[in-house]
Amino acid sequence: MSNFFSGLLALKRGPWEMVATILIGLGVFMLMQPFVLWAYTYSFITTLVGTVMFIIVSHFKE
Amino acid sequence: MTDTPVTRAASATPSRVARKIRGLSDRAIAWIFVGPTIFLLLAINIFPLIWTIRLSFTNFKANRNREIEWVGTRNYERILTDSDIWLNMQATAHFLFWTIFFQVLIGFTLAYLINKKFKGNDLWTTIIVLPMMLSPAVVGNFWKFLYQPQIGLFNYIVAFFTGKDPSSFEMLGSVQLAPWSIVIVDTWMWTPFVMLICLAGLRSIPDYIYEAAEVDRASKLRQFFTITVPMVLPFLMLAVLFRGIENFKMFDLVVQLTGGGPGSTTELTSINLKREAFEKWRTGYASAYAIILFVTVFGLASIYVKALNKVKER
Repeated sequence: MSNFFSGLLALKRGPWEMVATILIGLGVFMLMQPFVLWAYTYSFITTLVGTVMFIIVSHFKE
Repeated sequence: MTDTPVTRAASATPSRVARKIRGLSDRAIAWIFVGPTIFLLLAINIFPLIWTIRLSFTNFKANRNREIEWVGTRNYERILTDSDIWLNMQATAHFLFWTIFFQVLIGFTLAYLINKKFKGNDLWTTIIVLPMMLSPAVVGNFWKFLYQPQIGLFNYIVAFFTGKDPSSFEMLGSVQLAPWSIVIVDTWMWTPFVMLICLAGLRSIPDYIYEAAEVDRASKLRQFFTITVPMVLPFLMLAVLFRGIENFKMFDLVVQLTGGGPGSTTELTSINLKREAFEKWRTGYASAYAIILFVTVFGLASIYVKALNKVKER
């Protein structure tokens, strides 16, 4: 776990890609879940942030 | 010099042009070849994408000749607070999840069976892949007949196994059954595609790996989970990626079968988007809708490709 946070602080690709992946996954789930409307409302912004983050962090060093 | 088509073409090139080409670097010649492709890509893919993003912030209607107003994020707000579109998203999620689940399950099983050597192996492969060679419009139409409560074969087969009256249920007319009816048809049509990809994966596994496992006395089950599944996984993931993207924009098959009904139970996002764009002519609104779907598919595809590369590296 501490490796993960130190990787984030050192701008390493792996942990940041993990964060972006979680955001995209969460966004897609929020978009298609049948439970609460507010989650659907905020799904797009979550996916968008995750996707843009993914594009940026995939250029970080390993 | 021998008289060949190449020498004839070379001599036909005007000397001024020929001199110019001879003076170009390899890099420049490469750009001359790649240039038209890049130009087409920009013109057909990138420009419309940027234009759609721009339109998504306006109230543009393609059938009206009026001043385009900048509305900011209003289109996005309206889509993302609309409970009807939320229901369409759920219908799409249901369709996506179950079609991919059944196609992978049945496709892999069929590929595993077909991979065993038996008489008539090739004939069976041909018969199994037939559905995916048909046009979705044709498949939609003939399944509509199969689902007919009075004369449809599907209802009679279900009735045979369950003892129910064939005309007592309507696959396409029932709110509960219609979402499953489109899942069944898509699974029927596209399972062969998943099967073919899995079959390619299974045939790429060298026999000596299984022979080594036999020598080590590994059981068939152990061989399956430690050799077959990991080695087919990249192929399977590729099949899921293709089917996922394809089913996210599924349109023709469902329109032919149910037209999005009954009510809007089977109205997938692509059908709804088409209605907004080309029936209600709310172009700006539909552009915002398209961008939401694009970002979702793009995000999913990005993480998927990353996972695929990781599996391949193993």
